[in-house]
Amino acid sequence: MIRDITIGQYYPKDSVIHKLDPRTKLVGTLAYIISLFLFNNFLGYIVVTLFLVGVIKASQVPFRFIIKGLKAIIMLLMITVLFNLFLTKGTPLVEFWIFTITKEGLRISLFMAIRLIYLIIGSSMMTLTTTPNQLTDGLESLLGPLKKIKVPVHEIAMMMSIALRFIPILLEETDKIMKAQIARGADFESGNLVKKAKSLVPLLVPLFISAFRRANDLAMAMEARCYSGGEGRTKMKPLLYQVNDYRAYAIFVLYFAAIIAMEIVL
Amino acid sequence: MSIILDKVNYIYGSETAYELHALKDINLVIEDGQFIGIIGHTGSGKSTLIQHFNGLIKPTSGSIYYNGEDISDSDFNKKKLRSKVGLVFQYPEHQLFEVNVFEDVCFGPRNLGLSEKEAQLRAYEALKMVGFEEDLFYQSPFELSGGQKRRVAIAGVLAMKPDILILDEPTAGLDPKGRDEILEQIKTLHETTNMTVILVSHSMEDVAKYVDRLIVMNQGEVKYDDTPKEVFGHYLELEEMGLAAPQVTYIMNRLREKNIPVNVNVTTIEEAKEEILRVFKNR
Repeated sequence: MIRDITIGQYYPKDSVIHKLDPRTKLVGTLAYIISLFLFNNFLGYIVVTLFLVGVIKASQVPFRFIIKGLKAIIMLLMITVLFNLFLTKGTPLVEFWIFTITKEGLRISLFMAIRLIYLIIGSSMMTLTTTPNQLTDGLESLLGPLKKIKVPVHEIAMMMSIALRFIPILLEETDKIMKAQIARGADFESGNLVKKAKSLVPLLVPLFISAFRRANDLAMAMEARCYSGGEGRTKMKPLLYQVNDYRAYAIFVLYFAAIIAMEIVL
Repeated sequence: MSIILDKVNYIYGSETAYELHALKDINLVIEDGQFIGIIGHTGSGKSTLIQHFNGLIKPTSGSIYYNGEDISDSDFNKKKLRSKVGLVFQYPEHQLFEVNVFEDVCFGPRNLGLSEKEAQLRAYEALKMVGFEEDLFYQSPFELSGGQKRRVAIAGVLAMKPDILILDEPTAGLDPKGRDEILEQIKTLHETTNMTVILVSHSMEDVAKYVDRLIVMNQGEVKYDDTPKEVFGHYLELEEMGLAAPQVTYIMNRLREKNIPVNVNVTTIEEAKEEILRVFKNR
């Protein structure tokens, strides 16, 4: 049951995109998201679509996997589309009862939907091809300059990776305890809200205890290995840019330039 | 009263990148009153298999029958099944949550809708069955030792009065004394109540001593299903699966190689002793 949920949704493959440095992917995703809101012409959509299709092809992640990420935003998407569709003023196309659909409304809602979908697909391309640990590593390195103004970047990154590491463990634990209590006749599904909330006690108490126990064990293990924060700490796998990363950056610059140029020329 | 598994398959994370075929065409009949051991390497599918017995996992394909009824039928009472097929998970002490031991053991019977009096009576009986000291009944379960916690957790399942008791690695993480105590108690339980007991383990020594039927799992398949003596005869194949026969099997086979005419079909240290003495007396 719970085991089926994937967090971080990393899709293991050995593609060019997977092998890129996480920093490249983070910067690239940011640039891509900004680029989505820079243009306002039809040609821009073609360029973005081509770019996105190229990245998806290169990443070798099956398309239905990428689509899965869209399920989460269906509600948001519907609301955006409906609001834009009915509330934009302009030349009316269809009129019925109190609703009017305008030409501008249709155009805006359609393009808004495409932008949102591209936004989600683009950012999930990053999470699908990068492990959560790589992501935090990349983030730590990119936020490195903030250390100068006394932001504990390493500690924040460490907390993030520990939190991410614990999600699957706790999910598995939840699944296990849930099954154990179901085996003892517990019922987590039926009853009203109060009864449902009460039925969670046999699940939450053991879960909290185990979370604290694990946290305690981890802290002890880190202490035993003399962990003392980021000061003077070296990495086993330091992030190094490869040739492909420079190529990727070049492609991003080209892409970005193309989007801006089009907006200026057209 | 029996469980029948017919061509049961189970696939974890079906149609994802992490697809895992955990059970492959399992056919099994669990008869009444047997003491069964299920053994296999980590990841061989033992834990997945036993969760099918009380309907916690629905098979991807195939059917499971309890007393002739298909448990995946929509009108089948799963709650009743779970009270009749008691499942004690690995490290069951992690499921304890109540303020004291007695209340925790009452949780199961209360869920069955029994009266308060009946639930308490069952809890008392169950705690007695696992040999739990009476003066600790109102202790917080979190202040007990590992072995005691485990007894409480086992009692929590026994209080539901199951016909079939399944224990997943009941001795994991216990010291040798705690291990022997728990196993002896399970054996006594089996003998006095004639309950069907299924013991999941990866320790051959543990199972060899107690069970009368041994199921060996390997990579999601049932490899052997026979008496321990017969199964241990395949000790070379067992080794290939990352398992090992009990140490006495090795000793007896070595003796045989040295032309000492011992019977290699012994499984416990006691039997081995008798056998060696017999051979030496006959010389």
